[in-house]
Amino acid sequence: MHSLKLPRWLVAFVALVYAFLHIPLLVLVVFSFNASKYGVEWTGFTTHWYARLWERQDIIDGLKASVVVGVSSTLISTLLGTLMALAIARHEFRGRRLMEAFLYIPIVTPEIVVGISLLILFVLLNFPLGLVSIVIAHVAFNISFVVVVVLARLQGMDRNLEEAAMILGADEFTTFRRITVPLLWPGILSGAMLAFTMSFDDYVITSFVTGTGSSTLPIVVYTMVRKNIEPSINAISTIILIITTILIFAADRLGRDKPLVHSAD
Amino acid sequence: MNPFALRQRALAWFHRHKETQAWALLAPGFGWLVLFFLVPIVIMFAYSVMPRGEYGGVERGFTLEHYARFMDPLYIKILWRTLEDSTICTVACLLTGYPVAYVIARATKWRNFLMFLVILPFWTSFLVRTFAMIFLLRDTGLINTMLLKLGVITEPILMLYTPFAVMLGLVYGFLPFMILPIYASLEKLDLSLLEAAEVLGAKPMARFFRVTLPLSMPGVVAGSLLVFIPALGSFLTSDLLGGAKEIMIGNLVQNQFTTARNWPFGSAASFIVMALVLVAVMIYLRVRDRDTELGAH
Amino acid sequence: MSDIPPVVEFTGVHKTFGAYRAVVDINFQVQKGEFFSILGPSGCGKTTTLRLLAGFEEPDDNGGTVRIAGEVVNKKRPYERNLAMVFQNYALFPHLSVERNIAFGLEMRKVPSAEIPPRVKKAMEMVRLDPGQFARRMPAQLSGGQRQRVALARALVLEPTILLLDEPLGAIDLKLRKEMQLELKQLNKQLGTTFVYVTHDQEEALTMSDRIAVMDNARVAQLGTPAEIYECPRTRFVAKFIGESNFFEGVAQSQGPDGWRVDGSGGRFEVPAHPSITQGSKVAIAVRPEWLDVAPPDAVPPGENAIRGTVTDVIYLGETLHVLVAVADGEGERRVTVAVRNEGQLSRPIRWSKGDAAVVCWKPADCQVLEDA
Repeated sequence: MHSLKLPRWLVAFVALVYAFLHIPLLVLVVFSFNASKYGVEWTGFTTHWYARLWERQDIIDGLKASVVVGVSSTLISTLLGTLMALAIARHEFRGRRLMEAFLYIPIVTPEIVVGISLLILFVLLNFPLGLVSIVIAHVAFNISFVVVVVLARLQGMDRNLEEAAMILGADEFTTFRRITVPLLWPGILSGAMLAFTMSFDDYVITSFVTGTGSSTLPIVVYTMVRKNIEPSINAISTIILIITTILIFAADRLGRDKPLVHSAD
Repeated sequence: MNPFALRQRALAWFHRHKETQAWALLAPGFGWLVLFFLVPIVIMFAYSVMPRGEYGGVERGFTLEHYARFMDPLYIKILWRTLEDSTICTVACLLTGYPVAYVIARATKWRNFLMFLVILPFWTSFLVRTFAMIFLLRDTGLINTMLLKLGVITEPILMLYTPFAVMLGLVYGFLPFMILPIYASLEKLDLSLLEAAEVLGAKPMARFFRVTLPLSMPGVVAGSLLVFIPALGSFLTSDLLGGAKEIMIGNLVQNQFTTARNWPFGSAASFIVMALVLVAVMIYLRVRDRDTELGAH
Repeated sequence: MSDIPPVVEFTGVHKTFGAYRAVVDINFQVQKGEFFSILGPSGCGKTTTLRLLAGFEEPDDNGGTVRIAGEVVNKKRPYERNLAMVFQNYALFPHLSVERNIAFGLEMRKVPSAEIPPRVKKAMEMVRLDPGQFARRMPAQLSGGQRQRVALARALVLEPTILLLDEPLGAIDLKLRKEMQLELKQLNKQLGTTFVYVTHDQEEALTMSDRIAVMDNARVAQLGTPAEIYECPRTRFVAKFIGESNFFEGVAQSQGPDGWRVDGSGGRFEVPAHPSITQGSKVAIAVRPEWLDVAPPDAVPPGENAIRGTVTDVIYLGETLHVLVAVADGEGERRVTVAVRNEGQLSRPIRWSKGDAAVVCWKPADCQVLEDA
């Protein structure tokens, strides 16, 4: 590529930044296998802390709650977000630009603001706080992200493909089913992965709209961190890390799928 | 009516009512956002200008007292610290993130892998990452234990629950937000421009400050916004890494809604965060538009 | 006129997008089996015209009619028009293999599934793509030229009466493009399919078309056969856009037996009679470089128009040489291009070099009087 070589000090500095980003997590993972209960003296390898996790009902319940909330909020936000993206990309309507601008507001709004404003609403409506209120909140902050991802895919999609299908005899429904959906599918899936990851990781918003008996995994982990509960936190953190890594990896693969637009040559 | 005719009718209807069709697609999602995002924020604002009632509730009436309370030096200090911390965090992220983005953009073989390593913490649970910091920084944490073992120190250095820990946590948390947009703008940079500058006699430093940096400004500005905004509203970091000492406005909001049970005041504080964010976005949009006018991509 | 209606007919078609007038008052007819080109620079409305025919756009209300085989199709959707089209970027479905791409239109038209494979195979052979080698490939695995052939096969497999082509050769290299031009022309004649071809390449349009509609600024500037368009350009735009032209302007002074004497800024010249010329009217003519000749000032062939000037450059082009002559034009100067046959510069070099005094001359009949003087 380019002849300009990177100076050594720059490479060294960047290596340090990478270390800063990753060593804390690596340490965390390594010490989840440490036999010692206290401190960070390495006293031997064990998977004991992982076994202990399964004995803790709050973690099992938290994991279940997180999966339930994650899956349902992902399904709802992906469906609603995809429909919105289709409308924005494929239809002319008054206020389209305004709608696009509006969709960015939830993205820039601090989580704490979203959390407490929803708490006020639910209390005002006497809406019971629990899994349902958490799902409602997660969908509210996920929709915009799904729209942005799917919209990017739609806008990168060659309009001529749909026109080609129509001139070959496919009506709007058939074109949508045979051309638009298959081509959009990777975008929808990566939007869904994103939504699930965010829902699965969220602590701040959830902490405001959760009720008794509906703690998601991050809520449980927060309590554990607060109470400094032994290396179990390392173990559960490692599990969360692995789950998110898999999700990101999958989302990344899907997002990069085959190109939609052929280069002309 | 047979299905074929029905389909024909439906198609014709859709074709004639394109705008209706668009709104039919938008309605569920838009409705959700109005009901569970916009309306709550409006209610929150209403709360912030109503007198405080019992048990955290509000009473009828109008008052600006909750906003007036922010004139109190105690709260001015919190507000100021929030702005200060967010700004320092943004600058620190810029100084550490820019070189990273630069190196990734120049890397050829390893580019995707290096990118993946940045994206990974970007999507990793914030809670887990904050805990990882605690694990390193606390008195019995890895750093202190190692230093003690090596005999460098005799007593653990106090790192956790200090302003330093909060800042470290903030930078650690938001650094990827800075790297990604800067990388995006550096990647688009036409390398022949640098060669042109070189042919014209520009030394490496001049090439960087006169060509690379100005052309990557959109990424720098976007990255700064992406760090500044969540830093403004953050409370988990100062909560877990700062103890109760280093309060930011996010903690204030949270306190008012949990322990202090003063919802109107909490709403006012929350609305101030929202306002600061909107100001930051406005500034960003102004800077971006000026840049586009100047012809930078 | 015969009783068979033209295959395609545009009558006073208008299309506006908001305040932007994309096409204005388009009128033309295309006969069965014709190779009809719509030629113009980008933004002239040629693509909108094709999209109106395809049904991707509808004419404005009261904005004229588009007819296909005599039937008004203004409101008909693309899939109701029985057309086929080759797109500029080919628009192959990236998630379908070559054979599935080609079969798509047949499936949509409910062709019995037993008939589909042989028709796909035949279409591939028609565009000279080996079915055994390419049928199962994905579009991403094909070269630009191969994609182009697949796009063509996907359209031709439907045996359409009209085939629309939107700059299909724009993206492939010159050599392949020349080859494809001939192939397309052959297909047009061999299949009897009407081709409506949009291009911005004037040479391509001249090579392939039976008739050309030259578009400029949302309107049809001229409609005619390649020879009519090239040899009798009616407007300055057409003269300039198709081939090279030199322009001479002046005021009509007096009428002679064969035409008008015109006083131009660079000298006097004669032009043939033309309905647009009256005593004292402004006259502009276009003269192709190959209609001009360059001569020494004292050797003007009798009866020819002559304008004095100075040779500024001689450009070697291979087949021809261009002699550039600066002639007076009002207060300034203007460059006139004269094409001279190359008779071998090594054995018989031409006598002109920079700075020579010369006259540019042409026979009065060898010019085209422009309507937009």
